[in-house]
Amino acid sequence: MRGNLGKAFDVANTQVFRRAALPKSYTDVVGRLLFRFLLTVQGLGAFALITLGVIVKKFGVSPSVMQPRIRAEISRAGIALMPMFIFIALALGFVVVGQTVSALAKFGQINYLGSTMVIVIVRELGPLLAAMLVLARVGTAHVIELGTARALGEVEALEALGIDPVHYLIVPRVIGTALGIFALTIYLIIGALVSGYLFAFLQDVPLTPGDYFSEITNALTWLDFVLLALKTMAFGFFIAIVTCYHGLAQPLRLEEVSGVAVRAVTQGVVVCVLVDAIFIVLYLLT
Amino acid sequence: MNESDFNPAVVAMRGAHIVSLRDATFAVVSDVNWTVLPGEFWVVAGQQHSGKSDLLMHAAGLMTPARGSCTVFGCDTKDFGEAQIAERLRIGFVFSGGKLFNHLTLAENIALPLRYQKNLSEAEAGGKVQTFLELFELTPFADAVPSSVAVNWRQRAALARALILQPELLLLDNPLDGLGGRHRQWLLDFLNQLWNGHHAFVGLKMTIIVTADDLRPWRDPQKKFAVLDEKIFSIVGSWNSVAESRDQIVKELLAGTDSVTL
Repeated sequence: MRGNLGKAFDVANTQVFRRAALPKSYTDVVGRLLFRFLLTVQGLGAFALITLGVIVKKFGVSPSVMQPRIRAEISRAGIALMPMFIFIALALGFVVVGQTVSALAKFGQINYLGSTMVIVIVRELGPLLAAMLVLARVGTAHVIELGTARALGEVEALEALGIDPVHYLIVPRVIGTALGIFALTIYLIIGALVSGYLFAFLQDVPLTPGDYFSEITNALTWLDFVLLALKTMAFGFFIAIVTCYHGLAQPLRLEEVSGVAVRAVTQGVVVCVLVDAIFIVLYLLT
Repeated sequence: MNESDFNPAVVAMRGAHIVSLRDATFAVVSDVNWTVLPGEFWVVAGQQHSGKSDLLMHAAGLMTPARGSCTVFGCDTKDFGEAQIAERLRIGFVFSGGKLFNHLTLAENIALPLRYQKNLSEAEAGGKVQTFLELFELTPFADAVPSSVAVNWRQRAALARALILQPELLLLDNPLDGLGGRHRQWLLDFLNQLWNGHHAFVGLKMTIIVTADDLRPWRDPQKKFAVLDEKIFSIVGSWNSVAESRDQIVKELLAGTDSVTL
């Protein structure tokens, strides 16, 4: 394989650590695991940088083909998931917000409502839950579609037509997933906060809608908006990178696709938690 | 002007070690020296797993040899990148079995290279795609996805997709594999027309390289033949040389599967 993908997978295809005849021992097993982990990190990093490079370099290339593809991916990772997100927002409002509001009211600590809601829903639960749901619904589809396309030789077919597979296959998925998670997180947060108030209202909590929303808006700072946007986009970017990387890495056989999908979802979850941890540090620093 | 300034060869391999697509460290054919001149029709024959597909992918610049060199239109394939897109689009490649994109219909598959490379909308590319669909008798299957049509039509759609940008060099990997009798004859006739200048391509005479596991359908005194066996690429020459060859592998490839007795 040539071009951008070839560069990304040169690293990942390094089989030397897996083939080397080493004595069987615990340190050997740990060493192999560690090397495999480092190779995956290196491969993912290279793939992420190459994809970013292609997004920038080929921004205006063939818009009449690429724009419908990007729109289709936004629709798939955003609009198509709205019904599920409305259901999850209602559930989140009931489970978390409604209970928290009534508990705070019971102990007379309703003035902590704003900051609690902002930390729990706006900063943490909303973005992470949205990312996990998109990973489950769209990320798995990426791995399976790309894994099948790779196994059937469609990637080589693209290269033979002078089409960069990273541009045609990966860029729309990355942009679609990043924008999809960003938009869905906003809707999830708004839905959860509104439905949370409704559930609190049903429990006879003495709180007017005006007081409830002014508590929350007072607790929000401009930084919350900026970091929320960055965080959700980062979730989307890394979910797409991890799932696309595993879909395309190495010449797959069809029977390997399901195993790769499982690995990609696990790594997707780990990467999202790591990104979240970085943002927690950012919140604490500011 | 010395020889290196004037290089008429379409494909030139010098001491090229052909590697496998699955494992880039494994040489499937070693030390290939081969020159394809404009307007030639080459048939490279070999048994299954002899490295025909890998050799063809090297000749198209989709892979690079482990050692030695391979130049296409005077450009070393090691340098093939975004900057050489003009050279790369002079090459049309038809994979074994077609390798069409399964998420697109046959018409969209044929239109994709044209739309992507020339930035055309579906409507703008529509006229040319329609002409190609008619030329390849694919109009009834235009809106079908590849998995729902027979291999005969998939192969034709793959050929149409490779030709829509009007390449000068056409490479086909085992194009007759799995085709029915009528479709085999249609393809052989069509390739001969392309070679001699097809009216749909303004009479442009294409250089064609095909791989095959049976030499008989390609019988033609004007075509050139080479065989692959035991990691060795050997040029046989014209059909007369093929017919007179005492080489065991050439005899096997001429006998086809009919000679297999149990």
